[in-house]
Amino acid sequence: MKVERWTRTSKLFTGGSGGLVILLACVPLIFEPDVVQKLTTLLILVLLAVMWNALAGYGGLLSVGQQAFIGIGAYGTVFFSGLGISPYPAMLLATLLAGAVSLPISLFALRLRAAQFAIGMWVIAEVISIIIRLDQNLGAGTGISLTQLNQYEPNFRQAYTFWLALAFTVVFLAALFLLLRSPLGASLQAIRDDEDAARSLGVRVAARKRLLFVLAGLGCGAAGVLIVANTLFIEPGSIFSVQWSAYMIFMVLVGGLGTFEGPILGAILLFAIQTTFTQGGPWYLVGLGATAALFALVLPRGVWGTVEERLGLRLMPVGYRVVEKKRDA
Amino acid sequence: MTIVNAVLQGIFLGAFYAVLACGLSLMFGVMRIINLAHGDLAVLGAYVIFVIVEHTGASAFVAFAVALPVMIVLGYVLQAIVLERSLKAGILTPLLATFGLSIVIQNLLQLGFSPDVHSLGGSAGSVTTASWQVTSGLSVSALGLLVLVVAVIVFGGLQLFLSKTRVGWMMRATAEDADAAELVGIDSRAVYSRATAIAVGIAALGGLFLGIRSVFDPVSGPTQLIFAFEAVVIGGMGSLWGTLVGGVALGVAQTLGAQIHPQLAVMAGHLLFLAVLIVRFGGGRLLLRSMG
Repeated sequence: MKVERWTRTSKLFTGGSGGLVILLACVPLIFEPDVVQKLTTLLILVLLAVMWNALAGYGGLLSVGQQAFIGIGAYGTVFFSGLGISPYPAMLLATLLAGAVSLPISLFALRLRAAQFAIGMWVIAEVISIIIRLDQNLGAGTGISLTQLNQYEPNFRQAYTFWLALAFTVVFLAALFLLLRSPLGASLQAIRDDEDAARSLGVRVAARKRLLFVLAGLGCGAAGVLIVANTLFIEPGSIFSVQWSAYMIFMVLVGGLGTFEGPILGAILLFAIQTTFTQGGPWYLVGLGATAALFALVLPRGVWGTVEERLGLRLMPVGYRVVEKKRDA
Repeated sequence: MTIVNAVLQGIFLGAFYAVLACGLSLMFGVMRIINLAHGDLAVLGAYVIFVIVEHTGASAFVAFAVALPVMIVLGYVLQAIVLERSLKAGILTPLLATFGLSIVIQNLLQLGFSPDVHSLGGSAGSVTTASWQVTSGLSVSALGLLVLVVAVIVFGGLQLFLSKTRVGWMMRATAEDADAAELVGIDSRAVYSRATAIAVGIAALGGLFLGIRSVFDPVSGPTQLIFAFEAVVIGGMGSLWGTLVGGVALGVAQTLGAQIHPQLAVMAGHLLFLAVLIVRFGGGRLLLRSMG
């Protein structure tokens, strides 16, 4: 018997994903701006799914209020740009702001369990949304444009935003990947599997959860930043909408809760569905809701979790595996 | 006098929230789950009543009497196809499944009706307009009083049901310890089904009051859920009478908040809810420690 982390598949795939990032980075040089904008949307979805999964899949924290941080990221960008900071540095500041806000929230939110945490986060998102609505300088309830981005020529702007989206996605995925592989990661996966058992073994559950919470705050803030950079306009009704949580839940549940690759797969699926049913509309949302509920009830490990279980396939080596050593003949 | 009036109106509003929250509280008490589609079920109830009113011209109250059995059956169905499975699967699954259900209900309502707002106010008779002027700044509306009286009857009736009837005892026993209750021959599945059916029935009553008091549309549910959950938490999770008190506290907070600024009504309720959570879970101490 021996314990191994890297398999041939995971070596190939991890190397391959490095290549994929380089390929993606070339996208704005080759494709039309509307393709670039679409792919930016895909990267935003990936980021959101991975961050929601970091919370729910590894921390056991089901939040229906991550739109709070999406909104802070988006409105933070508008706010900092309004102060005269040039747009892209303003975006970084706004991301940090979302992370900074998540810290005091975590002090009390992480004491809540299950439904209290879920709805408590939702109420926090509502409170922040009401505060924004009261601020005339941020467009109150009617919304506001990020006019400062107009100083760039549209094609360049779209390319810059895409590169920023790619950079954010890579940074946050890499951060989670490295976190999960570190000794900390073992304790996170232990919490995911059985919180009480992990605690009894001396895992500092609260501190670990705080780490995930702040990471998710930063990540969702980054997604909010990208949303406003991609659409140039935001209003509180849609940026603080619980619909974002619905999308995140769908992507993670379908892809695979608590797996590294699953949420990425879920994001690609949601993106494919969104581009196929461009009309959107109620039927499409009925389908999303029903699918999410069905996966929660029937296939709780999602598509990727099931594949992983059945085939023992690991694309990204975040865990260890035990293999039978071949006997010498 | 405006403050006294605001408190009085807050009590009436809070009685409405308590009715909305009653079923949520019962389901949490018995099954330890929060149904995230509870608000949407209340709105669905309002639509069922609306359809009956439209087709028969009956009063909204008569229509509610017809809608109630429909909603109760729906409660049994909900338990059988969604909740029963999710109960076995850990604490996150019921939340995920009912959140999905919530999106399904909202969008089916969008398809069946339109995004337009509807109201049951026109079909509820003179109760919606009648009021008594007590003094110059203080008025008691018939509707407010009706909702308050009905809320007390619903909570009182449920309390009597739980403490005086055999079925109620079984429900309490299952709530205490489902496995132990099974040992003495109580079928917990049947108990859970009844609890859900009652909860959905009372949610429909909440839908009736929602429709008479104001307007509703297919996406009104989440807001109702938040208010209902806030009432449950403020009153203390798992306590039935606490939910009535919590609903009233939420209503009073909202009307007092509105005195400061109309946009602060909902905010005041949220802040009361968060304050209660912080006090109850010792987050306050933690905050102080991290500052000191």
